[in-house]
Amino acid sequence: MKEDIMTLQPGEIEHLQREAAARAARRRRTQKALLIGLNLIFAFFLLLPLLYALSVAFMPSSELFTTELNLLPKHPTLDNFRMAFQNIPILRFILNSFLMAGIITIGQIITCSIAAFSFSFLDFKGKQLIFMLVLATMMVPGEATILSNYLTVSALGWLDTYQVLIVPYLTSAMGIFLFRQFYSSFPIALYESAKIDGCSNFRFIFTILIPLTKSAIGAMAVYTFINAWNMYMWPLLVTGSNEMRTVQIGISMLNSVDSQSVTMMIAGVVMIIIPSISIFIFGQKQLIRGMFSGAVKG
Amino acid sequence: MKMMKKLQKMFGAYCYLLPSLLVFAVFLFYPFLKTIYLSLYKTNRMGQAKLFYGLGNYRDLLTSEAFYNSMAVTLIFVVIVVAGGMLLGLAAALLCNRAFPGIRFFSTAYALPMAIASSSAALIFKIMLHPSIGIVNKLLGTDINWINDERFALVCVALLTAWLNSGINFLYFSAGLSNIDESIYERASVDGATAVQKFFRLTLPGLSPILFYTIVVNIIQAFQAFGQVKILTEGGPGEATNLIVYSIYRDAFFNYRFGSAAAQSVVLFFVIMLLTLLMFRVEKKGVKY
Repeated sequence: MKEDIMTLQPGEIEHLQREAAARAARRRRTQKALLIGLNLIFAFFLLLPLLYALSVAFMPSSELFTTELNLLPKHPTLDNFRMAFQNIPILRFILNSFLMAGIITIGQIITCSIAAFSFSFLDFKGKQLIFMLVLATMMVPGEATILSNYLTVSALGWLDTYQVLIVPYLTSAMGIFLFRQFYSSFPIALYESAKIDGCSNFRFIFTILIPLTKSAIGAMAVYTFINAWNMYMWPLLVTGSNEMRTVQIGISMLNSVDSQSVTMMIAGVVMIIIPSISIFIFGQKQLIRGMFSGAVKG
Repeated sequence: MKMMKKLQKMFGAYCYLLPSLLVFAVFLFYPFLKTIYLSLYKTNRMGQAKLFYGLGNYRDLLTSEAFYNSMAVTLIFVVIVVAGGMLLGLAAALLCNRAFPGIRFFSTAYALPMAIASSSAALIFKIMLHPSIGIVNKLLGTDINWINDERFALVCVALLTAWLNSGINFLYFSAGLSNIDESIYERASVDGATAVQKFFRLTLPGLSPILFYTIVVNIIQAFQAFGQVKILTEGGPGEATNLIVYSIYRDAFFNYRFGSAAAQSVVLFFVIMLLTLLMFRVEKKGVKY
């Protein structure tokens, strides 16, 4: 090999180099095209349930009930959406879910930041023990306490109210942990000098700490809101009337009714998926950054 | 005076914890203890403990075929969910490992199932799996009653759950892949390694810290599945999809056997507790290569 190259004229070497570079570029281009092609196929496969739901939502009922392959509506219609608004109090469900998820999100951010503040900057007896206790709550799955919680709220006369949907979720160990992790990167001198300047704890939290942890708060807000919006088991147990139902419960109530309303039900599903997907797409960057900054290190 | 000030300071610290601790106390620690208490009693229809039964509820569980069935079904379910969800997430992460035009669109698409509710997804899958109008039968050219057939119902619910979990798995694996040093691939290429060799010798070992973590998180999530069972199969056909949480729900709210449901809750708690402890350990240790 070596000797071959040695005998080549300088011009020939340049030519060979250029050819090799062109070949490499071609290979990179085909690799890229292949990668895009594979991604298109896989993404289509993975998103098929959502795309299909979108398609059915615009389908006239009669088109769905055929035995032929019907991926796309032949005569797209908005009837399903109109029917959903007419026949079920979907706006009420959406309002309920927004209220519930919104208050839970804001509430968790407040309770978790002040608790994390206390753990990070203040000294008190039993700090370690209480923090362990908070961490221990992560080991208790909500499903394991749900029947006792149901008995509690029904004894309190809270069934079918807003507070029953909201109050049990007003804090989270994960949130406290996440914020504490963030605060631990702040020097304690930050707190001490604020103290010397006469800044109260309360002011310190709301004018210094919270603005400095915007990214953690963003991550937490997206995560909490989507989870609350998607909650199913608890609202199923504790709400009974249409006035109190959340979106997930309200729409799944249509599950068992007659076949004619299948397309209407799917239109409803599409309408209640849109808010959570939008928030996810909008807050995705923050969420991912928050997810991998504290708790998980790959 | 100094004493007073110190006390005041301490008191302040507790004040900031109070809202969180109050919620935990009322809706987590109290119901947790109450569940253990109820599991030792026979209850009336209102869920009040009436007759001390000792470990009787647990004994009844351990001798009942329904409980063993529920455990077996849950285990099979967990295996399918974990394997399926991780494969989907890993495939997506590998496809998005190198930069190409449109990568941001595809990353969002692969993470998207994270944002979907189990109940919404179950309603969509119910139509897709419908025996006569469902798109699955039409595409496969089959004539199977997926969710009413004992052989397929559990697999369907599990695959739906795997799909829901694939989004977060994609994020975990993407993070794991980005931590692998690119240069080891180049060196391997120079040494003439094939793509398959590179995957098994470099990529998988490089992913192993996040791999174990992801497996445990997936198992924990799978144990807690409920909405998809309730909507898709209601535990049926027969008892084929009677997963543990659904079994708790049915015992408590349909059969009014709160004691038995409480005993099952305690079993579920122990399973999740062990898994969570394992997760903390794995997270802390972080396997090194």
